[in-house]
Amino acid sequence: MAIHPLERRWFVVSILLVLVMGLFVLYTAWAAGIHPPSNVEAIDSTRLHLTPEFAEDHLGVERTKDGTVVARIVMARYMVHPQEITLPADTPIVIRAASADVLHGLHVAGTNIGTQVVPGYVSEVRTTIRFDRVAAIGTANPDGSVTVPLFCNEYCGLGHQSMWGRVRVTKP
Amino acid sequence: MSDTAAPRDGLSGVRGLALAHMWVGFALFAVASLLGVYQLFERDHVVRISAELYYQSTTLHGVVQAFVLTTFFIAGFGYAITAASLRRPIRRKGLAWLGFWTMLVGSLVAAVSIAAGKATVLYTFYPPMVAHWTFYVGAALLLVGSLAWTAITIAETVSWKRENPGRPVPLAQFGMTANAILWAWTLVGVVVEVVFQLLPLSLGLTPTIDVGLARALFSWTLHPIVYFWLIPAYVVLYSIVPRAAGGYLFSDEVGRIAFVMLLVISLPIGLHHVFVDPEQAAGWKLMHALGTFMVALPTLLTGFTIAASLETAGRLRGGKGLFGWIGRLPWNEPVALGGILALVALLPGGFGGLVNASYAMDVMVHNTAWITAHFHLILGGTVVTAYFAGAYALWPKLTGRRLSSRGLANAQLWMWFVGLLVLTVPWHWQGLLGMPRRVAYMPYDPAIVDRWTKWNPPMIVGGALMGLSSLLFVWVLFRTHGNPERETDPALHLSETVEPVVHVPAPLNGFAVWNWLLVVLMAASWAYPIGQFFSMTVHKALAWGFR
Repeated sequence: MAIHPLERRWFVVSILLVLVMGLFVLYTAWAAGIHPPSNVEAIDSTRLHLTPEFAEDHLGVERTKDGTVVARIVMARYMVHPQEITLPADTPIVIRAASADVLHGLHVAGTNIGTQVVPGYVSEVRTTIRFDRVAAIGTANPDGSVTVPLFCNEYCGLGHQSMWGRVRVTKP
Repeated sequence: MSDTAAPRDGLSGVRGLALAHMWVGFALFAVASLLGVYQLFERDHVVRISAELYYQSTTLHGVVQAFVLTTFFIAGFGYAITAASLRRPIRRKGLAWLGFWTMLVGSLVAAVSIAAGKATVLYTFYPPMVAHWTFYVGAALLLVGSLAWTAITIAETVSWKRENPGRPVPLAQFGMTANAILWAWTLVGVVVEVVFQLLPLSLGLTPTIDVGLARALFSWTLHPIVYFWLIPAYVVLYSIVPRAAGGYLFSDEVGRIAFVMLLVISLPIGLHHVFVDPEQAAGWKLMHALGTFMVALPTLLTGFTIAASLETAGRLRGGKGLFGWIGRLPWNEPVALGGILALVALLPGGFGGLVNASYAMDVMVHNTAWITAHFHLILGGTVVTAYFAGAYALWPKLTGRRLSSRGLANAQLWMWFVGLLVLTVPWHWQGLLGMPRRVAYMPYDPAIVDRWTKWNPPMIVGGALMGLSSLLFVWVLFRTHGNPERETDPALHLSETVEPVVHVPAPLNGFAVWNWLLVVLMAASWAYPIGQFFSMTVHKALAWGFR
């Protein structure tokens, strides 16, 4: 074995680099509780309309008794149901989404709302929308709120590009 | 059937085999590159044919570049490297040709299925969307055919070691053997998905599919497949480029360590492709995220050792000072130039990868143009550029003719490299602004779309440069066959190390211990993420067409 001293030193530097990056991720995950959406919650996508949570009447935004804002969304080719939702900025919110057919992705530009929507599972994102971030890229409305698109970002068929809706973000 | 009169390097015994494989790969590569240019035009409305054609083209572009180009190049290049490094023609050539024809028929069947508009499901398949069964049969044949190369490569190494006890397997062959073993492990996920889920679904034998399981199985394959593409590129960098640059490989052992690490670490980390999927729990994703950081190690080692090898070349050519050797590198030698550019492309490509690996941060870039930029830098920038360099090294040896034009070859490499940077820098930025990938048009609110699309013009210029470059590449290779100037030295000389390699420890000369380690690692990383679908309540999804 002939490994040059310079290579040994570089090996140590490389391991330190990787360790530092890994520790950053561990720190944000454990200390700050930042995780990707991972709730592992099964649902029968073929019967969404019969479930208590995702029946058509229950879609959209609800403020629960404890003050949490929950938005329930059904993704189905090539529509987002409901087409527009209103969410308060700088307030903890929960997005719960399910697919009625194929694989979809749900993304709201300018926010941390991003998840795959996989048939058979409920996707849940817990986040807070920052008003300044959406105001920088969205369309301003006369009442002071800002509208940003909510679109499907996973190929779901030949009409994929038409699958989008809107989020109206209000000042807290 | 072995050639008794083969010369000492064995390369002449695999001439037809290597050229046939690589020509199929490169010819389809050129076609698929032009499809990529069309996709940019469609996205920016330079032409506006239809969303259907865009998705169809994207499917064919992805299938060809990711599966067909890579698999054919790797098999052809692999046969040449095996014969040249072991200095004997390969045995079982009949099996090799059987593999070739199986792969070719499979690729054509899948391509026709896509071209006929029956399989617009993108190269990631995306069940419960289902394509015509011919698409899956074609894909399966391509994969099964590639097993001929896998088996032959492993068998050649085993028999060579038996006949040469105690001698180190040449580094290039060690790398290709690591790749063959990696490929066998990699295929398990996608083959199980295709055989047990997608084929029965597409044939109507079952009406439903467990999408969570399918996504887990595809993730098993989706990360190591990138390293299956990458290891031959590293073989070019370790074993061909240092010599072409006029220098020596800095360290043979580091190459072996890198190949072993690529094999062992790249397999148990595939869950990072489903970071934002709801059906996998956070702890497992975090575990795979940390493994993903570790796979940066072999690449960091390779970057250092190849740069050091190039430095030996620059200094031997009279370069002085801290950076003076860079100017003295043979920039007008296509094989060396390709190697250098492939190495440089690894910097932005690897950086983007580390961002994607960063667990929760991935949400910001998931399914945006950022990802497209990342894997175009890795596959186009490092992998394919190294394949170019490998082809420019091999073609004169395989055809017996000198390269038709070094000037055109250099121009081609620069066009590809510059085009790729011009293409991917805007994509990174668009991705950070949230622009989705894989979408034909963007009819969303203009306030946001305009912020994205103002970066489109450079993207089109970059893509067009790459399209031209791919045509030029095929042209240079094609003209080489008819070049009247003969190549005087028919042997492929692999790089020599600064210090000769006399003995290496057994774990760096074989894979038995690493395979056992992989059994443990794969069980630890995948038993639960895959097994959970058999123990939890799972609601299967109905099959859907893509219309």
